[in-house]
Amino acid sequence: MSSEQEAESIRCLVAKVGLDGHDRGAHVIARAFRDAGFEVIYSGLHKAPDEIVQAAVQEDVDVLGISILSGAHDTLVPKIMDGLEEYGAKEDTLVLAGGVIPDEDREGLEEAGVSAIFGPGTSIEETIEFVRENVPQR
Amino acid sequence: MSVDPDDRALLEALLAGEHRALARTISKIENRSPGYRDLVSELYAHTGSADVIGITGSPGAGKSTLVDKLAEAYRDRGETVGIIAIDPSSPFTGGAVLGDRIRMASTVGDMDVFVRSMSARGTLGGLSTATADAVKAMDAFGKDKIIIETVGAGQNEIDIVRTADTVAVLVPPGSGDDIQTLKAGILEIADIFVVNKADRDGADRTVQELREMIHLGDGSDPAGGGGHHSQEIIDAHDDWDGEPDEDDETDEGWTPPIVETVAIHGTGVDEFIDELAAHRDYLVDSGEHADQVRTRYAEEIRTLLREDVHSMLEEELAAAGGIDGLAEAVRNGETDPYTIASDVLEPVEDCLEDLDTDTHVNSR
Repeated sequence: MSSEQEAESIRCLVAKVGLDGHDRGAHVIARAFRDAGFEVIYSGLHKAPDEIVQAAVQEDVDVLGISILSGAHDTLVPKIMDGLEEYGAKEDTLVLAGGVIPDEDREGLEEAGVSAIFGPGTSIEETIEFVRENVPQR
Repeated sequence: MSVDPDDRALLEALLAGEHRALARTISKIENRSPGYRDLVSELYAHTGSADVIGITGSPGAGKSTLVDKLAEAYRDRGETVGIIAIDPSSPFTGGAVLGDRIRMASTVGDMDVFVRSMSARGTLGGLSTATADAVKAMDAFGKDKIIIETVGAGQNEIDIVRTADTVAVLVPPGSGDDIQTLKAGILEIADIFVVNKADRDGADRTVQELREMIHLGDGSDPAGGGGHHSQEIIDAHDDWDGEPDEDDETDEGWTPPIVETVAIHGTGVDEFIDELAAHRDYLVDSGEHADQVRTRYAEEIRTLLREDVHSMLEEELAAAGGIDGLAEAVRNGETDPYTIASDVLEPVEDCLEDLDTDTHVNSR
């Protein structure tokens, strides 16, 4: 019997990590994701990598979007990835990075497990489309 | 019922205390993924040890901040905490921004506080079922205290909060004149009133108005008692004792206390915890807890049946040519919704009648 009407929704955590007080971009993304029909959890400012991991695991998000404009991505992002791995959440979480990330750092982040990096000038539609197409099937 | 092997492994991981398994179980419940019912029914055997607290109040009343401080205080006492924070979702896109987590900063880094944000999805009554099931999952996981937090606006939220043993309603100072406190709805479901932001102007007046409202309730109903619990039940217990006159003096039911807090500074949180514990004791001592749990399960059974029948009807509708065609027929003036409803239901009714006669014949 088909009594189990599925009501699946894409869950995203929009995360600001480290000493970086610029969250306009994160707000814009959160709002755009909401309007795209996603469920968005916003971390708030100045979070430690552990806190982001805790939120991502407990909320069981499909997508983790990390916004960094401080330049500390090479330190903070791998810490988050390690934390996700520790809880067995690295495999099926789509991790995105956004903000100011120099081209030469992209490869390193992708190796760490970041699926895509959206720099300045990326259109919102492009990001949403990417999420829809790449959201992990569980 | 049989649980599929993946879900069996998930269940075992949850019972073993893996956070990821709890998170995934709640997702399954929210998504109503195939097999979630079997999973939840397996959870039931492991539940019953947690205290469930509901916290509601208007947006900006300070619910998340108070919940945060409450969780911190319980952690200091060595108890584990689960929090379900519910935010509204857009009626247009289904999207939502779940922002309660931001204010729960006192306990970050402590995995023994499990915060889960949920939004209203799916059909009517669906969220309260999902909340109740998520509570079951946290209970089975071994959380001592489970706190449900939701905006108190309308029937849906009140249903959610009713999955809690104890309901606290937050009232910020200056929330309108005394007529507001007489309005039906949210104030009726309170076991405990919390006047948060009690350092603000008008807090004393708000406390005063609440007190008057509570005592007004006492006056019009000589049997006493406020809150949402049935007075008949308590009266029935009086009769049960066989000495109703004596008991009238001692067993007066529960009068909701008023606690003043300043959540952001943690002021009054201990008093709040004491009142929560007092209400818990009252529930157990008066025997009301058993009735409460019974009512809750009755409601759960009804909701599940309603969902099942609803989806059967959806199939029936599809068989009748789909809702769009029927709606178009009404638009063209060919028929009306009432006729369609009884036409669609007819085969189901016939079936049930046949079944009825069968069982009657068999039972004789």
